[in-house]
Amino acid sequence: MKDLVEKVTSGDVRAVARLIRDVDDGMPEVRDVLKALYPHTGKAYIIGITGAPGVGKSTLVDQMLAHLRKRGKTVGVLAVDPTSPFSGGAILGDRVRMQRHSMDPGVFIRSLATRGHFGGLTQSTRSAIDILDAMGKDVIVVETVGVGQDEVDVMRSAHTTVIVVVPGMGDDIQAIKAGILEVGDIFLINKSDREGTDKTLNELRLMIEMDQRKFDRGLWKPPILKVEAVFDKGVDDFLDEVDRHAEYLEQTAGGLKSRRSPDKVRQEMVDMIKARLVEEVLDKLTESGDFDRAVDAIVKGDLDPYSACENLVFPALGGLPADG
Amino acid sequence: MKRERRVRVMVAKPGLDGHDRGARIIARAYRDAGFEVVYTGLHQTPEEIVEAAIQEDVDMVGLSSLAGAHKYLFQTVLDLLREKNADDIVVCGGGIIPDDDIKTLKAAGVKEIFTPGTTMDEIVTWVRKNVTPRR
Repeated sequence: MKDLVEKVTSGDVRAVARLIRDVDDGMPEVRDVLKALYPHTGKAYIIGITGAPGVGKSTLVDQMLAHLRKRGKTVGVLAVDPTSPFSGGAILGDRVRMQRHSMDPGVFIRSLATRGHFGGLTQSTRSAIDILDAMGKDVIVVETVGVGQDEVDVMRSAHTTVIVVVPGMGDDIQAIKAGILEVGDIFLINKSDREGTDKTLNELRLMIEMDQRKFDRGLWKPPILKVEAVFDKGVDDFLDEVDRHAEYLEQTAGGLKSRRSPDKVRQEMVDMIKARLVEEVLDKLTESGDFDRAVDAIVKGDLDPYSACENLVFPALGGLPADG
Repeated sequence: MKRERRVRVMVAKPGLDGHDRGARIIARAYRDAGFEVVYTGLHQTPEEIVEAAIQEDVDMVGLSSLAGAHKYLFQTVLDLLREKNADDIVVCGGGIIPDDDIKTLKAAGVKEIFTPGTTMDEIVTWVRKNVTPRR
């Protein structure tokens, strides 16, 4: 294992690629590797990119790669695509837009499927971030489709979260309102040569300025930028804004360490405990057959699911609750 | 953690051939079979394909060629994989490929070649049988 840690920290591409696979496939032995890698993490700047399908996230990331490389940064990319709920398979196509960087040793691109296990995306993406961080990448870009709690949670582990929209999708902004507006540090209107850009800009501005009082107190006010990722218009300016946000974090929240603020660590621990508990308890119950017996009993009408859940969970945790 | 090895494959279009309908249909069939499929897009050099396959940690690379340069391109992919110590990754191919070339390519290490008329089911079944996620 010491050997593997050394390979990862020295940037061995194959070792890194295989370790991420092991994390994704849920191999229990990776836990010890992740523990040993953790002291080597905390040096990378994490940028999260999210937005509806088709807004141009992958094209944007491709242009970002070109500019970040020009700025002398090495970059890791984690591109998350949805798993088909029907077959369990996935087509991971984000790479198509970024393939021109595949021969650049300063770039590592990995496609991940959401797979859809409980809290799994958040866990495995965070671990993959840690691995690329330990590998020594200066910047890590995480790209997800902006729907669902898991994706929002992933975005929370970034230093700078970028929300990408396109003009003329009024309902799209409604959707953002409901969920991820709060986590956006920078808003990008991509394909801004299209009609409706100014309307979208105004709508976004209106929503952001509802929090004006916060900004008056000196909190970060998310800028809104127009870009045309395909033509590489505005992408360099956007990266300047990322730098400005990084500077803000440096002044107010400890810079790179802001990812490990008490609030964020607390949230990460809650997520990790939840995922681990569910896994351990379900494993135990499936192995003993208690889980299937409970399902049978409920199906037959002999038992209600509420009692079944209590009957299963408390013994698995080693006893009844204190107030039970 | 789920302790579940998912089959990961890459579908790649090497060379200057611009016909990717077949590759896309194959990618779709793989997805429907429950595999994770990384698609590289058109006009890839063997170097780009091999580097991507390693970064993505796929179990198989499927090469699609309809423009006649398969002998050079497939062979180069095999050589590069070997050079990078990654020849545990299975290579298969598909497209318009003459029988004589199939013999040569198979002898060189391409595990299977699928020619026009092969059904999706046959291909998926072959992958299930011949490509196992490592360990």
